[in-house]
Amino acid sequence: MEIFQNILNALQFGSFYALIALGYTLVYGVLRLINFAHGDIFMVGAYIAYFLAVTLIGATGGFNVGLHVSPAVALAITVPVTMILTALVGVTLERTAYRPLRRKGANRLYVVITALMAGLVLENGNLALLGATRKRFPDLIDKVVWNIGGVAVTNLKVVVIVAAIIVFAMLQFIVTRTKIGMAMRGISYDKFAIPLMGIPLDTIIVVTFVLGSGMAGLAGILFAMSYPILEPYMGALIGWKAFIAAVVGGIGDIRGAIVGGFLLGFIEIGVVAVFPSTLRDLFAFSVLLIILWLRPTGLFGVAETTKI
Amino acid sequence: MSLLEINGLTRRFGGLIAVNDFNIELGEHEVVALIGPNGAGKTTVFNLISGFYQPSEGSIRFKGKDTRGLRPHQVTALGVARTFQGIRLWSEMDVLDNIRIAQHYRLGYSLLDCFLRTKNYMTREKEIDRIAWELLEAMDLKEFAHELPRNLPYGVQRRVEIARAMSVQPALLLLDEPAAGLNSADVEELIKLVRWIHERFNVTIWMIEHQMTVVMSLCSRIKVVDFGTTIADGTPEEIQSNPTVIKAYLGDDTI
Amino acid sequence: MQKKVFTIGLFACIVALVALAQFHLLDDYYLSVIMFMGVNVILAASLNLVNGYMGEFSCGHGGFMCVGAYVSSLCTVLMFSKNQMLGAPLLPPQLAFIGLPIALFIGSMAAAVAGLVVAIPSFKTRGDYLAIITLAANYIVISAINNMEFVGGPRGFMGMSATVRDMENMIDLPWMLIFVLLGMVFTIWILRRFVSSTLGKGVPAICQDEIAAEIMSVDTNHMKLIAFMLSSGLAGLAGGLYAHVLGYVNPQSFDIMRSTEVMVMVYLGGMGSLSGAAIAAVSYTVLMEALRFLDVWKWVVIPLLLILLMQFRPEGLMGNRELSDFFPKLRKYYSFK
Repeated sequence: MEIFQNILNALQFGSFYALIALGYTLVYGVLRLINFAHGDIFMVGAYIAYFLAVTLIGATGGFNVGLHVSPAVALAITVPVTMILTALVGVTLERTAYRPLRRKGANRLYVVITALMAGLVLENGNLALLGATRKRFPDLIDKVVWNIGGVAVTNLKVVVIVAAIIVFAMLQFIVTRTKIGMAMRGISYDKFAIPLMGIPLDTIIVVTFVLGSGMAGLAGILFAMSYPILEPYMGALIGWKAFIAAVVGGIGDIRGAIVGGFLLGFIEIGVVAVFPSTLRDLFAFSVLLIILWLRPTGLFGVAETTKI
Repeated sequence: MSLLEINGLTRRFGGLIAVNDFNIELGEHEVVALIGPNGAGKTTVFNLISGFYQPSEGSIRFKGKDTRGLRPHQVTALGVARTFQGIRLWSEMDVLDNIRIAQHYRLGYSLLDCFLRTKNYMTREKEIDRIAWELLEAMDLKEFAHELPRNLPYGVQRRVEIARAMSVQPALLLLDEPAAGLNSADVEELIKLVRWIHERFNVTIWMIEHQMTVVMSLCSRIKVVDFGTTIADGTPEEIQSNPTVIKAYLGDDTI
Repeated sequence: MQKKVFTIGLFACIVALVALAQFHLLDDYYLSVIMFMGVNVILAASLNLVNGYMGEFSCGHGGFMCVGAYVSSLCTVLMFSKNQMLGAPLLPPQLAFIGLPIALFIGSMAAAVAGLVVAIPSFKTRGDYLAIITLAANYIVISAINNMEFVGGPRGFMGMSATVRDMENMIDLPWMLIFVLLGMVFTIWILRRFVSSTLGKGVPAICQDEIAAEIMSVDTNHMKLIAFMLSSGLAGLAGGLYAHVLGYVNPQSFDIMRSTEVMVMVYLGGMGSLSGAAIAAVSYTVLMEALRFLDVWKWVVIPLLLILLMQFRPEGLMGNRELSDFFPKLRKYYSFK
């Protein structure tokens, strides 16, 4: 039975990685930009959710505005508002840091450095503003544990996994079936031809950031509900890992992000089941490195062909 | 013995047959052209020779040595140099460096020599320098030695690229559309240059070219390909009157 | 003759610094800042070979530094100090003078070998995918050390100061300062000789047009191997020096944050400029110390500064030019290229 329990846990962890990896992959797929700040946007999402939730239910730690709504209502408000606000953070980042560089036609490298630095600003800005004390996310839903044949299934785990699958299906639909998705795929091939075809480049890029950051916001809420301790650096490691997952799947491909995310989840839980938990990162990263050695463009990635 | 011998060369990309059963034999001191409509697989033949692609079938023998499985730099070291359709110079390094670096395969010193600046290193670097300057001098590029290629006019960039290929000291020079994008005055100069290189360095030249003036005034033999298959082979006069060639270029006589 | 002026001047500076330290005219704080500066110069210059000259995006330099630090520390601790796990010193303290350079050398070699992890995949892949491989390599090194009990795991490893003390007992000089300065000079010297040779110019050729390089007879795989191994080997040297300056190392000090810091120095100085990397490493160290009063805000201000730099002067302080391009007169004294 333990194996089923592990599979469930792996699916849950994989869902977090997949949700964050989707954001990396979306932005990369469109802009060929590694948005290194994405893990920190996830962290910001978790913090936004925290402040919204505690303010709404009137717990200490938030803004005291005298609200005392029930946890269920608070959750219903927190989820969409957090996603919107996190998306806004992502778009702001795009507007203030990436867009000017893109307009100048700067080398991609400079944009990557900017992304890396923006991530640091978010992390350390949070630390400086809110201090090093960890925040405890309030319980918004009652934990229900179903015992199915000896496997403890919590309602939260189910929600997380289902959310990841729904988001994946939705993004896959947007990217492959809608006009805006077609434009997104088009930009990745030729950034210069797209405006000539009458497609508003900036709008498409903003939509990409909205989608990616919104998903990071959702991941932030779900993570905070599952592991209710928040700290400024929570986004860094999980973000890097999700990013590597996205690359292993084949960055720029939505299926790749999901597969990479779940793969990482399974590797980590699998390692912990057999070895001491301190070896988790070592094994996880080694396996990913080996996959990249064997398939340099990831599982779904297509090698770029050079013409001479 | 012929310099280059290609037998039954075939290259497939997935379902597409880019080059199909290509045969040629090049002797020393020849000037040959490879022509054909766009997408006929001409550059692919060059890429196969220089080792950038591996053949699906067939053999390539250069100076009697099978070049299959060799990496491009190893093929070049045997004495095959080439230019590219679009100019591919190292744009952030000056012309002199561009010419020096192409002598990489016969540096003749090790990394340790380089760190310690041994006598061997010094003499080798001097030799590399001397060859580079000689070539610049001979090709009338001396004044541009310290310019960055991207600041030079297109015609001069072409010349630098040919000079870079010549610094390999090749036995076979592959020119991929050397006249593309040149104006008529530059084309005249190019013809003179290629003829001069041919005489002076005693090198076999094989070129892909669309401009018939260049082909007709330089080449003693022309090979025509279309859809990867050879459709004609012969002297310029023969090719000019070959009905298959005319059909490939102008289409069927439906007009 | 005039070319020698620079070398003589450089050694005069080193001797002056050592003398200042020797007669305690420099307090310990400034001394340690200078030593970190030296370590940072080595790191920035070595990463510049890969990220600047070769145009790759290696973001795991900290990992190689870590390998160098631990391996050389392990060597000196084995040789010269008593350790619970590793037992009594193997060699008499008089040999510390030979022992430390040998340990640093072994550490560098180990780091160079670790560089293979990145160099071999670089044959087939480049750009973003290679960046991830370097990142993963960094994490792997850190978590491997975290799991090695005999070097203390996450608690860190110490005992290196015994070697330094041995040397100081024999001849009373600020030995670590001397070693750091020598290491710095060695790094710049070796890198400058490499990048100015026709052999070394194969590296920027790969950056500017890899296909042309390969077809123009540059053995690109060989060049990548040299560049990555040289770069990671020198990072290992920096790590070894860092470990012996501090006398204590833990895996966290070589994590992705450290790698980011080194990248910042490289891009601050300008890619493909050795003097730029050196100047940036020095000014970065000074900036870090000067902004100490900002406390936690320091790490908000510095990234912001860099974001602004990217917006307004993305080519870094020096671009790909050397000092001599700005001050041509310097050429009389020293050939930069």
